[in-house]
Amino acid sequence: MINYIRSLGRWGLGSFERLGRAHIFLVAMLAGVPGLFLRFSLVIQQLFSIGVLSVMLILISGLFVGMVLGLQGYNTLVDFGAEESLGVMVSLSLVRELGPVVSALLFAGRAGSALTAEIGLMKSTEQLSGMEMMAVDPIKRIIAPRFLAGIISMPLLAAIFSAVGVLGGFLVGHGLLGVDDGAFWSQMQAKTDLFEDIFNGVIKSVVFGLVVTWIALFEGYDAMPTSEGVGRATTRTVVHSAFAILGLDFVLTALMFGD
Amino acid sequence: MPLIKIRDLHFNRGDRVIFDGVNIDIQRGKVTAIMGPSGTGKTTLLKLIGGQLRPDKGTIEVDGQDVHKLSHSELYELRKRMGMLFQSGALLTDIDVFDNVAFPLREHTNLPESMIRDLVLMKLQAVGLRNARRLSPNELSGGMARRVALARAVALEPMMIMYDEPFTGQDPISMGTLVNLIHRINDAMKLTSIVVSHDVAETAEIADYIYLMSGGKIIEHGSPVQLKDSGSQWVQQFMQGLPDGPVPFHYAGPDFAEDLLNPEDNA
Ligand SMILES: Nc1ncnc2c1ncn2[C@@H]1O[C@H](COP(=O)(O)OP(=O)(O)OP(=O)(O)O)[C@@H](O)[C@H]1O
Ligand SMILES: [Mg+2]
Repeated sequence: MINYIRSLGRWGLGSFERLGRAHIFLVAMLAGVPGLFLRFSLVIQQLFSIGVLSVMLILISGLFVGMVLGLQGYNTLVDFGAEESLGVMVSLSLVRELGPVVSALLFAGRAGSALTAEIGLMKSTEQLSGMEMMAVDPIKRIIAPRFLAGIISMPLLAAIFSAVGVLGGFLVGHGLLGVDDGAFWSQMQAKTDLFEDIFNGVIKSVVFGLVVTWIALFEGYDAMPTSEGVGRATTRTVVHSAFAILGLDFVLTALMFGD
Repeated sequence: MPLIKIRDLHFNRGDRVIFDGVNIDIQRGKVTAIMGPSGTGKTTLLKLIGGQLRPDKGTIEVDGQDVHKLSHSELYELRKRMGMLFQSGALLTDIDVFDNVAFPLREHTNLPESMIRDLVLMKLQAVGLRNARRLSPNELSGGMARRVALARAVALEPMMIMYDEPFTGQDPISMGTLVNLIHRINDAMKLTSIVVSHDVAETAEIADYIYLMSGGKIIEHGSPVQLKDSGSQWVQQFMQGLPDGPVPFHYAGPDFAEDLLNPEDNA
């Protein structure tokens, strides 16, 4: 029993210590960001491997999510004779919620896990240590560009997701179910507000991008330098990112729309 | 005045004492070897000198500066003048051999690309791998990787180089070349070299001074000749590689017989 309590205490202390390290890490990363504007090529490289390489996944998923929204939305709306509002329904669901949230979840699985594995392996093969001894700060040279690229990529990916999703909804709604295309687009344009809806969605995805990239980079940097350690860190990135995204989504939604 | 002055160094890993009051002086322009059985903390010592680890007690001064009292940027300035050859090579795996050697030059100088190319080819020529420059690090053998790492470590022409086990994994020919190279680099560039190794013969050949370390303490120090003539049993066992003697081969812990008789592993 005593041992049980003791290990619980140790686990608690360990978690807090880790949380502290994660925040110190965040501050160090942020401190490395201004210097990147002098060497933006480092960020461009990462925008490619973090952002561009995730586009295909986002396109396909966005299309299907939009199509499902079209089907489900139509079935509900048609009971009230409001199938003309399908456009609004699809666009608001995507722009406010599904776009930022689902694309962030996909991003965590695709780019986040890759980042953790990459950094973790660099650590376990002493590449980070070697860089330190060459007087190159790995936080500035390796971590910060990835961090910034993650923050920039996420809202763009979410925007692509939403745009393709709306198209998917339109394809199903108009092409398959015969909703009037004029009504679909005009109601959507009239009811989707630039600030209230789109802007808030962008804020969400910037926050998700920051948090997912932070978790992924920290897990890699803090991983035990063994193959098992890197494997576990990768799993943790995906799990913790998912919790963080869904939890923060609730908080942000409550702040933005909860009046 | 010595380039590196280590005084009363204490360092622990958890409950395990790695250094227990170590004093070392590394003279400028000389090759100093630090030798000791596997696991005594030779790599750890280099990391302490490089400021990657922090001692629990004691000081390490490099070129008159206390490494562990420097600010982040001062430490990085100092590291530009320190080269280190990692035991594993620690090459960056996403770029090729040429770019690896060019890396410190591109990071720390504004030299034009043509000059960087000349410098890199020169360093690679010296380690015999100029024609391997387009290979990626995972296409190199362990010994080749270490030679590339050596080329990279001298790229910035530092004031000192720390070699962590430079000889392991080298065939007799490249071993000979490497021994020569370390000597030549040291003399030509007026460097100070620290060689960490347990290859007694090779190290004794190039070292001007040797520290023997075990159990967290310096057991003996002196020139290679002095050590060969040392009366200490420990030193003789290590220098001649005898299996029996005061140096334990086993990691500290309970006796083997005791372990066998005691089926419950409570170690
Ligand atoms: N990250 C670490 N965490 C805990 N203990 C460690 C760590 N790294 C090394 N040690 C311990 O520190 C001791 C010294 O390790 P070090 O790598 O310095 O040995 P070494 O003298 O370089 O050995 P070798 O000749 O085999 O390279 C070892 O006993 C090892 O168990
Ligand atoms: Mg070692």
